[in-house]
Amino acid sequence: MSTQIRDIELEVMRYDPEKDKAPWFQSYTVPCNEDWVILDAINYVKDNLDTTLAYRWSCHMMVCGSCGMMVNGEPVLTCKTFVRELPDKVRIEPLENFPIERDLVVVLDDVMQKLHKVQPYIIRKDDPPAEDQEYIQSRGKLAIFKQLTMCINCMCCYAACPQYSLNKDFIGPAALALAHRYNRDSRDQGKSDRLDILADHDGVWECSFVGACSEVCPKHVDPAAAIQQMKIDGAMEFWKQKMGIPGGKS
Amino acid sequence: MSRNPYVRPVSTTTWYMRNGRYRVYVLHELTSFLVMFYSFLTIFALSALAGSAERWDAFLASQQSTAMLVFHTLALLYFMFFQTFPWFKLAPKAMPVRVGERKLPESYIIIGHYVAWAVISIFIFWLAGVV
Repeated sequence: MSTQIRDIELEVMRYDPEKDKAPWFQSYTVPCNEDWVILDAINYVKDNLDTTLAYRWSCHMMVCGSCGMMVNGEPVLTCKTFVRELPDKVRIEPLENFPIERDLVVVLDDVMQKLHKVQPYIIRKDDPPAEDQEYIQSRGKLAIFKQLTMCINCMCCYAACPQYSLNKDFIGPAALALAHRYNRDSRDQGKSDRLDILADHDGVWECSFVGACSEVCPKHVDPAAAIQQMKIDGAMEFWKQKMGIPGGKS
Repeated sequence: MSRNPYVRPVSTTTWYMRNGRYRVYVLHELTSFLVMFYSFLTIFALSALAGSAERWDAFLASQQSTAMLVFHTLALLYFMFFQTFPWFKLAPKAMPVRVGERKLPESYIIIGHYVAWAVISIFIFWLAGVV
């Protein structure tokens, strides 16, 4: 384990909803171990320099998805961003495109509603299987959507998305990828139920394929690809309905 | 304690200057101006063709000037770098192909696009009497 210490100047965005009219930056000099992640440096500030700093974190191992922040302008999980890869001056801001609750904590109500809106659960039209039976799925069928199940709702994709920054009604990358995850699940029969929301103009068609969401995704979910696939699905469904072909599940 | 969330302003006119990724995206989107130019050029060419032999010959001559040849070459390169190459690279992500339960390797889909591009180009050159 490396013991090399380097002083890093953290410029942290501060905002106190009870005192401040607008956010401002406060600098802290943190003696960082080179094998620290940025979250360690922020924890150092909280423990040793300034107990008033507010931020979210929990697992420190890329599972909980709560420590997403802007580090030098990039939306990242701070538990995955190593100090050794960064210069001596690091700017830390709350995730872009979200209202700031306090300091580095953002308001996530909007995306929580959107995640709920896409009906992210298995919808069945058939009778459920008998009590002692399950919905059987092969490994190959699982592989079709497994990558999409890796999302930890860190919302880095929303912070990277210029469409979401300009139009807050856009359902956005994580929620659309989640919808696609269920659409592609062989056990699900709710594709047509989700179509109205997804094919709406604040759905997949609002995406202009900038691709920033997929580039910043710490779990390689690739929401941009999911959205493009949904555009193709949506267009196929539209023509199926136009031509009176019963919309079966793909 | 009261809530008073702060919403950071977003400029609707300069948002794309925020980072390199957005700037590259806008360079993609700028190809729409070239598409517009070529749409008008096609309409212009059709009207010349419908007009008279002299107008059609004049149109052909205008497109063969050094300036226009340089412009068409640069436009072609711009399309290649900001449309063809990136989209071909992304094609297997937007259109993953499955054979049974197995996924076709991404390289097959990308190479397929380049092969189709070459075949269509050769066909157009043949149609134009170049090859």
